[in-house]
Amino acid sequence: MSITIAIPAPLRQFARGQSQIEVEAKTAGEALDVLTSTHADLRRHLFNDQNSLRNFVNVYLNDEDIRHSSGPDTPVKDGDTLMIVPAIAGGAVIEEEVGQTLPELSNEEILRYSRHLIMPEVGMQGQRKLKAASVLMIGTGGLGAPLGMYLAAAGVGRIGIVDFDVVEESNLQRQIIHGSRDLGRRKVESARDRMRDINPHIEIETHESRLTSQNAMGLFRNYDIIVDGTDNFPTRYLVNDACVLSGKPNVYGSIFRFEGQSSVFWAERGACYRCLYPEPPPPGLVPSCAEGGVLGVLPGIVGAIQANETIKIILGAPDILVNRLLLFDAWAMKFREFKLRKDPQCPVCGENPTIKELIDYEEFCGLGAPQTAAVEEKVDEISAIELNARRLRGDNIQIIDVREPHEFEIARIPGTKLIPLNHVVGRMNEIDPEMDTIVHCKGGVRSAKAIEALKRAGFSGKLINLKGGITAWAEDVDPRVAKY
Amino acid sequence: MIKIDNDNLSAIRSHGEQDYPYECCGLLIGRFDADGTKAVVETYPISNAREESAKRNRFLIEPAELMQGERYAASKKLEVVGFYHSHPESPAVPSQYDLEHAWPTYSYIIVSVRNQKAGDLFSWEQEPDRSKFESERMITSA
Repeated sequence: MSITIAIPAPLRQFARGQSQIEVEAKTAGEALDVLTSTHADLRRHLFNDQNSLRNFVNVYLNDEDIRHSSGPDTPVKDGDTLMIVPAIAGGAVIEEEVGQTLPELSNEEILRYSRHLIMPEVGMQGQRKLKAASVLMIGTGGLGAPLGMYLAAAGVGRIGIVDFDVVEESNLQRQIIHGSRDLGRRKVESARDRMRDINPHIEIETHESRLTSQNAMGLFRNYDIIVDGTDNFPTRYLVNDACVLSGKPNVYGSIFRFEGQSSVFWAERGACYRCLYPEPPPPGLVPSCAEGGVLGVLPGIVGAIQANETIKIILGAPDILVNRLLLFDAWAMKFREFKLRKDPQCPVCGENPTIKELIDYEEFCGLGAPQTAAVEEKVDEISAIELNARRLRGDNIQIIDVREPHEFEIARIPGTKLIPLNHVVGRMNEIDPEMDTIVHCKGGVRSAKAIEALKRAGFSGKLINLKGGITAWAEDVDPRVAKY
Repeated sequence: MIKIDNDNLSAIRSHGEQDYPYECCGLLIGRFDADGTKAVVETYPISNAREESAKRNRFLIEPAELMQGERYAASKKLEVVGFYHSHPESPAVPSQYDLEHAWPTYSYIIVSVRNQKAGDLFSWEQEPDRSKFESERMITSA
């Protein structure tokens, strides 16, 4: 493509006095490269030592700032005109621009980060940007584990961790930031110790609380980037909305069984989570990892992708996952990518937003008290202790286990019949309606669904849900039954 | 070398006093003579685009404003030959920040404003290798 570059008056002396120059190029960046390779003296006035456009130099393609298109990658066509226009900036001696106040690296740090420093894409400037940066991680579970360790190792200067949980045995299959010796400890403390061990040169701030609509804005204010490592929809919408309202990038990841997703939701530059998913799925439709399981390596991969994108945002790298949804299938070992678009109708980041402050996300996701209470009222419940008492009394009852066969392999309550949830209606005739029927699963959610399904299908007998499932049984009645 | 008359210098000084304690800024409009000398015909004040908190020691002229100024100059068959800004409570010498955000050939006039009174006023020009600013000779006419 043949295009014209207009040379501003003060730079013409470096272009043999010409006011415009024709070049052949496919993109705006290529056009500037061609220009500055023939007029080498121009280059230092347009580009800095790191080879990126000086921050006061603006390039307009036919009156449109290329930063509002694809930057240097903006395609050009025959007859286009590129204009180089400076933003004139200056000021008194007090140095407070970010570029001026980047922290210095000690000799120890230079040695530690040498593999970063020798790459021009990071270099001293980039490593100092990492040191100046602050990141808030929501959750120190499967995703937060590799994320926290890599951000710490990379030298991100200040990292905040939000979690309210304690380390449990079933976490250790994937949450590699915690170890066996941390069982029962606060996750924020266990994670902090591991990160501090990896890198003593950074600051780690722990926030031991649940992220709520009340505390989110206050927490987010103190960090540059928010990374969402949560496992539930209310928190995911909360993180998204708080990021949009505070103008921060939200580095998103989620995992289920063998599949993971990642994206960067940054309303100033592209789509937010609500542009992709305006409404949460009905409660219970998408099982959590606790119900559906997750391959331990999967959050390792997805969390590492989140760490990668976080570091790229700090470095000002091109091609971050903005407007891109990355899907990963660990079982098929395939990555796929979808383009996202900002939704002009988006209730939080669109043209006429209706959400201007944080809302009640439990209610928004259908988990609010009124609705679930109505459902629960219809289902009779029994505790593990009462069930044991009825068995010991010799009551005429039957117990139906609606878990999957591989779960039945792990642990079972003696004397139960296995009918997985998906088959429970089809095999209804195997359940005796004359007896009281206790239905159980791992934690009590699937069994409640099974009861509802059976009732809808016209089952006439009395159905009772075991509260807390086999987990409660193991805790309260028989410690020999394994918890998982 | 830059030629500028007293009226234009007073305009720069009073703009600096008016915007104190913030930095003021504007364009110098005139012509480049064949020998490289610049002659200022008029000054063109610009609203400082920095947000409130940064205005005390920073100024910014957006490219859109500059293009507007260029168009205005062109309509009078003139060109933008440089810029002026004030340094509230600081000397009229360029900072490192000024150096990194400048191009050669243009004139950069800086006026020091202390306690709301304009003081020193100097013009600066960047070396072609970007290494530093050199003080520029200013010829004032009535």
